[in-house]
Amino acid sequence: MSTIAETADLLPDVSAAEAEFARRKSRETWRRRLLPAAGILGALALWGAAVWIFKVPPFVAPSPVAVFATLTAKFGLLMENLLPTAIEAICGFLLGNVTAIVIATTFVHKKVLEEAFFPLVVIINTIPVVAKAPILVLLLGNGMEPKIAIAALICFFPTLVNMVRGLESVNPQAMELMRVLSASKTEVFLKLRLYNSLPYLFSALKISASTSVIGAIVGEWIGSTTGIGALIIQATYAFDSALLYATVIVGSCFSMLFFLTITLAERLVVRWQAPTGH
Amino acid sequence: MTAPSTATSALPVAGFPPAAVTAAGEPAVSCRNVTVRFVTDRRTVTALENVSFSVEKGGFLSLLGPSGCGKSTLLRVVADLVSPTHGQVNVLGMTPQDARLKRSLGFVFQDAALLPWRTALQNVELPLEVGGAKKLPSGAPTPRELMKLVGLEGWEGSFPHELSGGMRQRVSIARALLGGPRILLMDEPFGALDEITRDRLNEELRRIWQETGTTIMFVTHSVYEALFLGEQVLVLAANPGRVTELVDVDLPRDRTLKIRETAPFVSIAAELRELLGRGV
Repeated sequence: MSTIAETADLLPDVSAAEAEFARRKSRETWRRRLLPAAGILGALALWGAAVWIFKVPPFVAPSPVAVFATLTAKFGLLMENLLPTAIEAICGFLLGNVTAIVIATTFVHKKVLEEAFFPLVVIINTIPVVAKAPILVLLLGNGMEPKIAIAALICFFPTLVNMVRGLESVNPQAMELMRVLSASKTEVFLKLRLYNSLPYLFSALKISASTSVIGAIVGEWIGSTTGIGALIIQATYAFDSALLYATVIVGSCFSMLFFLTITLAERLVVRWQAPTGH
Repeated sequence: MTAPSTATSALPVAGFPPAAVTAAGEPAVSCRNVTVRFVTDRRTVTALENVSFSVEKGGFLSLLGPSGCGKSTLLRVVADLVSPTHGQVNVLGMTPQDARLKRSLGFVFQDAALLPWRTALQNVELPLEVGGAKKLPSGAPTPRELMKLVGLEGWEGSFPHELSGGMRQRVSIARALLGGPRILLMDEPFGALDEITRDRLNEELRRIWQETGTTIMFVTHSVYEALFLGEQVLVLAANPGRVTELVDVDLPRDRTLKIRETAPFVSIAAELRELLGRGV
């Protein structure tokens, strides 16, 4: 009897605590959504106010309203120029990463090759992109190829380094297990190394999703008549600051979208908890 | 010290050799004058020196010693993970390599060494996907039956990070038992677990040993664990790793944790501690 009475006494308390928890949680969720939005809107307002108060001329910096007007008025032009940049960035991303994955796999299986060529890769990586770009334009001409090559080069290095680490940093006891099971090299690769490398690979892919766009844009600066990079140069020389800002926003939105796609893919593929907390 | 098969009413598990047949006194593993040296940059380390011993089929041998006595190395010599510098190793009448290739050995590591991207059941199934042994021997327990044997029925779909340390180690034992290996090698499998979990798993391991009739070699640095589990305890000393003595454990086959408070247990434990002290 007494237990029933106690439970009855306890129940309202428990449900009250649960309700309080739910309230706090939903408040927390809204906080996380609203605060960034408020921050962005605040910055835009500040920008608009600064342009208006200091009477900044439109060829130096546009007001947010002017940028928004350009974004809608010249939406066709912006998309027309985004297309080649997007193609270059995505092709470069694929080319650079696939090459890096293949080379990492070779390095892991043939240590001699890793020892011979890894220093060379490091040296090439130390050359800045803006220095590599003209070389590639001379080599590959004025079309999309040099831009794809630049984007690919930028993606290549982080993925190679991470992939080699991911393939090699296998739990030593899991390696011993594979040996006890008499697993072949291919089986060790497919069942152990490859999965082990996936969290490492995705952290590299997230980096290269945004850097590949940078690579394509830098390539277009060197020599191109279309693309986000070309449009940036044209708008700058025409003192059309509203178009310049609009172009930058389009490029960065694409970059963000690319990054989010990779993050989503990571969530779908890497469903287990990564041991090192990537 | 061959325990008569009448002493236990163990239920034989399909696919494993029945205990009565295996306890015939024939050695499952024997080592003669095994020496293992590792050469490093600075010096040569003698991990094991002139180690000789044997375990009979269906036996349970605990390897007890301080860290650095080479007990893990000894287990790896039997599993063909380390080659001895000198000496002969015989596993079921074969070389360790042949025994490994024939899947006669199961190995349980100190950390469960589960693959984090596989569910518990998929981890148990791993041995069927690699190394050419793509089919279970007829009558051998299936992965699901082994999950039940280690007390994890209902957890098949859980990922390792969703399991406790003790449960992960149970999965790893089930994986090692897949295919009905004749010999189970265990390298401090419960060393990282809390005492309560460890006690429970010790009891269950005795039960699994009795039910499967598998020969077990179990490395530990706990006197109580070595004694509670083993039918024999091989006491090792460090620097270089060598055998101090092989102690027969004269305790009943059916053991509960309570046995640790009985006089025979306490007196053998004292003897083991004495032997460990002498080896230092």
